[in-house]
Amino acid sequence: MKSNTDDEEFWTRSRLGAFDFGPEDEVKESRQAVNQISHMVELNNDDDMQKFSWSGDPVGSISWSVRETELSSQSTEKGVADTPSIIKSNSGYSLTSLFKGKAKGGLPEKNFLSFSDVLDDSPARLHTAEIRNPKFEYKDFTSDWSPEESSRRLQQGKAVPLEKFRSLRDKLSLLDSAISTNDGNVITAVLIHLKRTLSREVLFRELASRPTALRHFIQYLNETGEQKVLLQLLGALGRTEEAALLQYKEHLSITDDNKRRDFLKSCLRLPFSAEDSAHVEDHFTLLERQLMIQATDRQAECGGKLPKRASVLNMPLIATLAYCCFNHYSKPEGNFSSPLNIRQTFKITEKQYFMTALAARAEMKAWPDVDALFNSRKWLGLTRKKPPLSFQRVVDILQKNSAPTQVLQDYVAMVEDAELRISLAQKHNCHDIVINMYRDQKDRQQMIRYRGKVGRGSAEERKIDELLNNMQIRWKN
Amino acid sequence: MAAHLSSGRVNLNILREAARKELRVFLDKCAGSKAIVWDEYLTGPFGLIAQYSLLKEHEVEKMFTLKSGRVPPADVKNVIFFVRPRLELMDIIVDNVFSEDKLHSSRDFHILFVPRRSLLCEQRLKEQGVLGSFVNIEEYILDLIPCDSDLLSMEYESAFRECYLENDQTSLYHTAKGLINLQALYGTIPQIYGKGECARHVANMMLRMKREFAGSQNQILPVFDSLLLLDRNVDLLTPLATQLTYEGLIDEIYGITNGYVKLPPEKFAEKKQGEGSKDLLTERKKLQLNSAEELYAEIRDKNFNAVGAALSKKAKIISAAFEERHNAKTVVEIKQFVSQLPHMQAARSSLANHTSIAELIKEITTSEAFFDNLTVEQEFMTGIDTDKVNTYIEDRIAQKEKLTKILRLMCMQSVCNNGLKQKVLDYYKREIFQAYGYEHMLTLNNLEKMGLFKPQTSSRNNYPTIRKTLKLWMEDANEQNPNDISYVYSGYAPLSIRLTQLLARPGWRSIEEVLKMLPGPHFEERQQLPGGLHKKRHQGENRTTLVFFLGGVTYAEIAALRFLSQMEDGGMEYVIATTKLINGTSWIGSLMDHPASKAP
Repeated sequence: MKSNTDDEEFWTRSRLGAFDFGPEDEVKESRQAVNQISHMVELNNDDDMQKFSWSGDPVGSISWSVRETELSSQSTEKGVADTPSIIKSNSGYSLTSLFKGKAKGGLPEKNFLSFSDVLDDSPARLHTAEIRNPKFEYKDFTSDWSPEESSRRLQQGKAVPLEKFRSLRDKLSLLDSAISTNDGNVITAVLIHLKRTLSREVLFRELASRPTALRHFIQYLNETGEQKVLLQLLGALGRTEEAALLQYKEHLSITDDNKRRDFLKSCLRLPFSAEDSAHVEDHFTLLERQLMIQATDRQAECGGKLPKRASVLNMPLIATLAYCCFNHYSKPEGNFSSPLNIRQTFKITEKQYFMTALAARAEMKAWPDVDALFNSRKWLGLTRKKPPLSFQRVVDILQKNSAPTQVLQDYVAMVEDAELRISLAQKHNCHDIVINMYRDQKDRQQMIRYRGKVGRGSAEERKIDELLNNMQIRWKN
Repeated sequence: MAAHLSSGRVNLNILREAARKELRVFLDKCAGSKAIVWDEYLTGPFGLIAQYSLLKEHEVEKMFTLKSGRVPPADVKNVIFFVRPRLELMDIIVDNVFSEDKLHSSRDFHILFVPRRSLLCEQRLKEQGVLGSFVNIEEYILDLIPCDSDLLSMEYESAFRECYLENDQTSLYHTAKGLINLQALYGTIPQIYGKGECARHVANMMLRMKREFAGSQNQILPVFDSLLLLDRNVDLLTPLATQLTYEGLIDEIYGITNGYVKLPPEKFAEKKQGEGSKDLLTERKKLQLNSAEELYAEIRDKNFNAVGAALSKKAKIISAAFEERHNAKTVVEIKQFVSQLPHMQAARSSLANHTSIAELIKEITTSEAFFDNLTVEQEFMTGIDTDKVNTYIEDRIAQKEKLTKILRLMCMQSVCNNGLKQKVLDYYKREIFQAYGYEHMLTLNNLEKMGLFKPQTSSRNNYPTIRKTLKLWMEDANEQNPNDISYVYSGYAPLSIRLTQLLARPGWRSIEEVLKMLPGPHFEERQQLPGGLHKKRHQGENRTTLVFFLGGVTYAEIAALRFLSQMEDGGMEYVIATTKLINGTSWIGSLMDHPASKAP
């Protein structure tokens, strides 16, 4: 999609200036000071800030205590054993309070009281659920509450006999009053009742005109895992693409690969958008293909023809292609394990294919294969072709797969931009390229400097000396 | 332990004390000795409210983690389950109760739902026939947890996903409830502003609830002058950008949860003499981060490039203080020096810790990968090449970069281009599916629904207009001595905070056009105060605004608000509340549909 020049441009252009460290390194200064102070004073580490247990939680915190008690009940079967002593955790309190010049343990008791005084009269109390005993409360329902009263009682966490709302009209007015509380908890409670007592058809129809209730109902079905009802609902609402995706999502929870494949196959007929439909088909085709490759490879492994490998199942497409580049690189295009076949089937872009094959063959140290990637067969014979990515990236990929210098330099030499080429050649010790470039540039000074970088008594050093002594070259400096 | 909570403009310790009181009241209802069985997720948020000592004072003798099978033996009268209202947790409790009864029939069971009870959960217990086994079923309303002297969080991880993706407004209901409770403690907030659908909804619910309790007049003098409710989806761009403040980077790289960070131990091993601690070094070092630590409060909101200077300055001061010992000659002088020692050692230890953290972060921020990533981000935010396939992204995909990182960049490109051309979008999707797996179709669908990664619907890209009008990109951001909020992203001024800033001065009327380009309505409401509660403002006294981010806020945005609070001529101080503290990675992660990310 992008031309090579864009690519080169990206790597060579200058960057926006922001967020750049200045020349002096102040973090380092701070580090030096810290180390100095440590030398100055014999420090008692126990007094450092806050104490931390080895689990990483601060001593005295809740998560620390949970772990402590669990450990102690494990060690002493009966569990009556010592709970962590609070004296221990007191000593662990932070020195930060000292830092602030206040006493340990936060606020003085007096302040507590004044806050509490304020709180007792504050309306906050109104929202706190009243204590109740459900053992008692679930029995006695005699009162006859209106929809509004029922909703309010539900909101306050009190039990309400919803069974008495029998007619459709009553049920709907109960639902509407629940909706007007905005309390999802109440709305859901009423929906559960409606779901149990209304036909799906009626329920879905009524929900369609009540968006808030509908959202809570969908949420409820999601939470309770009632996939089937949910799919019916979305179908009834005409939200078919959403239903299709929801159904497709199911595949994530299928662990058996053959079943998963069959499931994906069954998804193909779902009403996805055109675009998604193509992706689902690719997904199915990929898994099907992986199962085929896996079956033949396992056979080959047992017969000793192939070394044991990681499973190719459920790998992404590119990883599958890489697998095939490792294990089946030379298979003919007609073979389902052949990288070329994979490329064809899934219409992998040239760039993706090239990068994957390059990395895989480089890792296998199959240098002729690497070289062949850059050739194209024309009727006149082999020609060198331009790769679909910059030579700098090619060098980068090869280098990451620890290609030797002899291989690297062939590709470094192909980098068009002279400056970039020379810096890459220096980075990867492609001495010949550097030396030849300085020779061509007639840059004596650089050549002399570079002499210090090549090995003493090496062939490169001799070559430099020869060039420097060559009277025919008219150096520019 | 919580003294720092009362050091801010608004004493948030009142809220913490209220929460502690509720907890005591509940514990005392279950008379006698107790064991608490914890939903492990809750120990973090509870840690911000109480320590073990408080529980122990109320006869909590044992604490366990909730898991299947029987509750470990403990000779106590009560077993209390502290749980979130989730069905899968109910099933574990059912299992606990069944395994228990046969062995110890004398123990009483209780459930404390946090933050709200759920009839759905009770229904489940009833169906399984164990509802009657519980003496108390209560809720513990832990809506807004004070994390620092100016910061409240609901620690409601899934709020953004629920609100914007699943259209589930439960978290909004809790938000409204939390705000009502807050008003009960701090007085009615006279002005409410908001931007976004969810903001509108929360405001409506608040006003409604207020009307329903009209009988009980709130007689507390208002502490807050105004409340600003902001939808996260009004500003999708900011969380995607890499935060460049000290605290922001700690969160980006190591993740801060409930005020704690876990760090690789190597840098902290300066002296563990004689403990033969080779294997102990593999444990991550856990550190608490809040304003109780003087040095941290000083540096956390700085751009990371200014942290080195601050640390080395501090180092000089502390060194000088230790050098003082040479001058202490008389007994009195020596005594005084010694009395200072604990303070000085704490300061030194704090300095050592933050020097170590700064070193760890610097290794990353000076890496080529970090720089390349940042360069691309900044290009997108300034509007360079947002309409074509980006080579860097393509390249990172080829190198199997973590998917969340790729998605962050792609979403940023899409947001900065107001959607991508179909051709570009399709190309990215193909690359993702082929390199990471077709199942990510689900995730990309989610991102599209959220408007994070979507096709261009109109040919007009209004991002440049928004950027220019709100001055979202400042060419000369000063990282060392900032004069504008854009320092928190080294050039990019977070949109959400610009909106906040402009609301204070000169008011939103000046940016009507841009507000219309951003999703959701903007509004203003007044709440009547009972007579006599109107604040008499002293000349030059700052006003206080509570900014509530629905769907999450980043540390860099918080830093920007603190910067505005400290501006001399700002006239406004901010307290921040949110459903959850987020960063781009945790945020995108919450929108992914994958078995690995579905953990409870």
